[in-house]
Amino acid sequence: MATVETRKLTKEFTGHAGEGVFAVNGIDLAIKDGEFMVLLGPSGCGKTTLLRMIGGLEHPTSGDILIGDHIVNDLPPRARSIAMVFQSYALYPHLNVYNNIAFPLRAAKMPREEQKKQIEWAAGILGIEELLKRKPRQLSGGQRQRVALARAIVRHPNVFLLDEPLSNLDAQRRASARDELQQFQRRIGTTTIYVTHDQVEAMGMGDRIAVIDKGSIRQIGTPEEIYDEPADTFVATFLGSPPMNLVKRDDEILGFRPEHFFPASQAGSTDDLVPLQFTPLREEYLGAERLVYGDVDGVRAIARFPSTTHLEIEAGHKVDFAVRRQHLKRFDIETGLRRYGAG
Amino acid sequence: MAAPIAPPPTVPRTAPDTNRYLLDREKFLGPIMLLPAVIYIVALVGVPLVIAIAYAFSDVTVGDQSIDWVGLKNFRNSWGNAAFQKALKNSLIFTFVTQALVMILGNILALVLASDFKGKRLVRFLILLPWATPVALVAVGWWWIFSPPYSALDYILREIGALGPGGWWSNDNNAYWLALPDRAQFSVVLVQVWRVLPLATVILLAGLTAIPQDVREAANLDGAGYMRQLVWIRLPLLAPIMLVAFLFGTVFVFSDMIIVYIMTRGQPNDATQVIPHLAFMRGVQSGDLASGASVAVFLFPVLAGVAALMLRTARRAETS
Repeated sequence: MATVETRKLTKEFTGHAGEGVFAVNGIDLAIKDGEFMVLLGPSGCGKTTLLRMIGGLEHPTSGDILIGDHIVNDLPPRARSIAMVFQSYALYPHLNVYNNIAFPLRAAKMPREEQKKQIEWAAGILGIEELLKRKPRQLSGGQRQRVALARAIVRHPNVFLLDEPLSNLDAQRRASARDELQQFQRRIGTTTIYVTHDQVEAMGMGDRIAVIDKGSIRQIGTPEEIYDEPADTFVATFLGSPPMNLVKRDDEILGFRPEHFFPASQAGSTDDLVPLQFTPLREEYLGAERLVYGDVDGVRAIARFPSTTHLEIEAGHKVDFAVRRQHLKRFDIETGLRRYGAG
Repeated sequence: MAAPIAPPPTVPRTAPDTNRYLLDREKFLGPIMLLPAVIYIVALVGVPLVIAIAYAFSDVTVGDQSIDWVGLKNFRNSWGNAAFQKALKNSLIFTFVTQALVMILGNILALVLASDFKGKRLVRFLILLPWATPVALVAVGWWWIFSPPYSALDYILREIGALGPGGWWSNDNNAYWLALPDRAQFSVVLVQVWRVLPLATVILLAGLTAIPQDVREAANLDGAGYMRQLVWIRLPLLAPIMLVAFLFGTVFVFSDMIIVYIMTRGQPNDATQVIPHLAFMRGVQSGDLASGASVAVFLFPVLAGVAALMLRTARRAETS
């Protein structure tokens, strides 16, 4: 068990024209012991590079990495007591499942009897006792993922690094794997850093989420904080499906979630309402909910209703819509940063 | 909700011309594309092979080209012949020793070349050069290196004090690389290694780079040091490719006669005699076609075995 910390961590690559490109640009991150931290961002944002630097697979250009309060910058990966689950799972194709899981134990020169106990324990936790004699190519995607996890936990590492481990599973399997993975982490209690571009995974699994864009952290917080109180317009639109509506008003940008945007006529009390004129254009029926696409002041906006709500809206005709004041987020028009305080 | 869109302009339709699509049909195109290869193989490999086997069971010579059946007489004669026995033994030993050395050196070279360093491309190019050199030139070049009085190797050995009066290896001025039986055998094997090593290295290098990076990174994170990764991960994953390099090298060395022909003519006292060279001497130089063919036919089972193994490896690579 250990804390993980990065201080002003930077990784600069050389671009095609010989110019410096910052994959990771001065990231400060402090992960608590036993925490499930998700690094969330679009592809190419530097989240995987950050993870690989923590694992020791990339060397930082500057800054420090601390695991359990020790600077590990110059330690090779094998000396960091870190286990990583790769996107491809990276199982050893020529070894059967038992030997795949045994590999880190053999590298640690553990006695054979002890190895056997540990492997049985890890296989038991992940329910793969039946698969120990199979080769990786004889396993399904979900089974491979479990083997990769078993190989990761078998030597009780200080930190788990997970690099998009669910992206090779089909959608149905992914939902249950998400649940299993989170329960598993709670039970083992090992500090975990999880990289993904999928906001559902991040929201559903993370104790905290670090939203990363262009090599920098935009916001760190619990899923609720990130969703309800986005620090800037990037976070506001990256999370949420459909994303937060952003509308220019005077010298600032107003942000509101589609589910908080409704016809003024349906409001019970009217004292904290902010009125907005909405022109609906198109409706999308999604089973449990209904999305209405339209525009506010010429900017695209979306409203979201439970399908049980009855709506009488005609396309192309302006309707009085509203948002409650506490659901309205204000952003600086220049920087996109959140403006807090009364206004 | 949206404005009506004008219908697309109509296009006149005609019945498709089937002959235009003849080349899209595999049943038609397949045989046409295969025909040149089939003709080539039948004319230049199949027919000569059948003729060679027919000759081996006959008494045909350059002077008397009528094929008269003599049964196994040629094989019996060859089998009991001391020169043939030496040639067969040498062929097998040269091939095996060469391949053993090539596998060890090729793996080392490939591992070096797989790592990142400045001038890697130039080094790769230089290592491939021996492969691009015609075998006859290779043999002539090495003959100059080995043979007195101009032997370059002997010159170097004299300069470092190994040869010549008072030398720490020998008092002679020359080492007579191609005139003493064991040194001649050593020389032939050395040249074969030099010639086959580049191809093996390139094949092994391709195999090494085909090992997924994340598998090596996983081994790294799992706590494995260099040697453990080499023995447990890299070499086992390289094994199928090593077999391919081994089989290619075996064919090249086992069927080669040029190096022996130019450097030693199988001498001294048949110490470097090999099957292909013996077949050439008997069949072409002495004009006893039947005897030469019967010697050459002994190459066949070994090469056929190698070919079968190669096909099996290829099929495995296809299915896995």
